[in-house]
Amino acid sequence: MSQQVLWYISRGTGMVSLLLLSTTMVLGALTGGRFAHASWPRFTVSGLHRSMSLVGLGFVGAHVATAVIDSYAGIGWLDVLVPFTSVYRPLWLGLGAIAFDLVVALVATSLMRPRIDPRGWRIVHWAAYACWPLAVAHGLGAGPADARLTWVLAVNAGCVLAVVVAVTWRATASHPDTVARGGGGW
Amino acid sequence: MSRPAAGRRGGDARLGVNPITCRAHGLCAELLPELIGLDEWGYPILAASPVPPQLLEMARDAVAACPTLALRLSGAR
Repeated sequence: MSQQVLWYISRGTGMVSLLLLSTTMVLGALTGGRFAHASWPRFTVSGLHRSMSLVGLGFVGAHVATAVIDSYAGIGWLDVLVPFTSVYRPLWLGLGAIAFDLVVALVATSLMRPRIDPRGWRIVHWAAYACWPLAVAHGLGAGPADARLTWVLAVNAGCVLAVVVAVTWRATASHPDTVARGGGGW
Repeated sequence: MSRPAAGRRGGDARLGVNPITCRAHGLCAELLPELIGLDEWGYPILAASPVPPQLLEMARDAVAACPTLALRLSGAR
């Protein structure tokens, strides 16, 4: 029974991680596109982006830890970090492992930001655009029974839609600074 | 003759912005409107005067919030 509890916690925290990481993506795209509104000042968007990413990492940590501690699927600690080594669904867990490595790198470089090369931080931060789709694919592929549920699919579709809209807006948003630097909308 | 370090007695704290790294996010002007305005393109215009002691904490918050770490506070203890 206790093993089932761990398994359920792992799946639940995985779903919450999807919501939090998607929210972080949306807020990051809004920050990059210089979104501002009277009721949503930029420091709110930026601050939420930061807090959501940290809470998201917490949930991802819980998701990963419970999946490993639960012995049913036989997922090892190394499988969490090294992609495609898992015995259980190696492809889909591998995508999750890459996404996990990237999330850790994203948060670590952001926390160390004042002490590292800004260009290095920027390059790592762009990896979010690889990390998030991998995490979504991992969620749909690693839990096929869950992914067949209508509400799970609806949550995934909502997250994908929100991120696609936000990133498209960012890519097309024009701002004097990006225009002056000749960088288009980015 | 060594000059006393600026700001050791307070009152000499000054804001500065790196114009190359500033990408006109404008968070600083939202957080510290007392000392920071924005030009028509969204780049900060800093007050020429030192940061008064009662605004030091808010100035530190604005520096910490800058998404590109372009805002600096010098001379503050």
